[in-house]
Amino acid sequence: MRYLTDRKRAEGRGASHTGTEHHWYMQVSAFGLALIVPTFIVIFGQALGSGYDNVIAVFSRPIPAIVTGLVLLVGMQHFRRGAQIMIEDYTRKSTRKVLIMCVIVLSYGLTATGLFALGKLALTQ
Amino acid sequence: MVQLTLPKNSRIVTGKTWPKPEGATNLRQFDIYRWNPDDGQNPRVDTYFVDLDDCGPMILDALIYIKNRIDPTLAFRRSCREGICGSCAMNIDGINTLACLYTMDEVKKPVVRIYPLPHMAVVKDLIPDLNHFYAQHASIMPWLETRSPTPQKEWKQSIEDRKKLDGLYECVMCASCSTSCPSYWWNSDRYLGPAALLHAYRWIIDSRDEATGERLDNLEDPFRLYRCHTIMNCTKTCPKGLNPAKAISKIKHMMVERRL
Repeated sequence: MRYLTDRKRAEGRGASHTGTEHHWYMQVSAFGLALIVPTFIVIFGQALGSGYDNVIAVFSRPIPAIVTGLVLLVGMQHFRRGAQIMIEDYTRKSTRKVLIMCVIVLSYGLTATGLFALGKLALTQ
Repeated sequence: MVQLTLPKNSRIVTGKTWPKPEGATNLRQFDIYRWNPDDGQNPRVDTYFVDLDDCGPMILDALIYIKNRIDPTLAFRRSCREGICGSCAMNIDGINTLACLYTMDEVKKPVVRIYPLPHMAVVKDLIPDLNHFYAQHASIMPWLETRSPTPQKEWKQSIEDRKKLDGLYECVMCASCSTSCPSYWWNSDRYLGPAALLHAYRWIIDSRDEATGERLDNLEDPFRLYRCHTIMNCTKTCPKGLNPAKAISKIKHMMVERRL
């Protein structure tokens, strides 16, 4: 039992003066993803089900390769920040910190893996 | 960690069914949450029958009828009976609202179910503990902050600037909005909630207030402000028809504007 006043509990450790950059990034990246994800789906649809040579040919072109790269970079950053919000909503203390670290590792790992695969496809000729 | 089930001593058990008023023909059933911290028992739901021919049209009228004529131990807050004091906020038929403004006709189901405001500690029966909620309100400095010398007569405000306060100053701090917000349920220790943020915005946009930057600084935090995910439960439930979600989005907009 801690004898803290209600005001002390409400004030906590004060405002951290952060969050606006995160909020703005999510707004901008959501808008950007709304534009590039449909384009990516069309590109991916063209390559889906076709032969290896056709896939290489699609991702060797600059626009499909750049759009796919952007989806990976922006999408995974958006995912990282969104997942962090979700974790902060529903978990506390050490669980929160560990899960946030896991999400950061996962998102950067997926981004690196995806970019490596994309580079390999785009540069194979 | 979010707790999705109630602890054993908070699980609701079947309560007492009180006798119907003698000679009454036009009856309405009320199931009301009861909990007394002094008896060590689990919460229960008691059933009451109200004679509609001998009772006013509002839910609060029915509660007063029950307290005066059936069960004087029923505890609830009430004062003005006209939606000004915000005391009688409770969960009626699944909606957080003011019992004095909600008519029995608005409840479409035959049984009227009344619970205290959700996700708040209960003091007794329908009375939630609002101390933390009020402390959060106090933390946003709900008063005019000025640095300039006080004028001889008054702090002047144009008609246009005064109009900006409409839809904000009417909030009666009933806590219906905050207690309907899932973000507030899970993180009320750090998230200020829609009511406090609506009041914060009311003072931020007051043309006479000179502490706008300080107020925004005080709110800029991933939890205090940005825990609002625009779920809009607050706006949907507000018994005064206000729009806390819009006020919060305006604060976020101001935060971005002062950075860009």
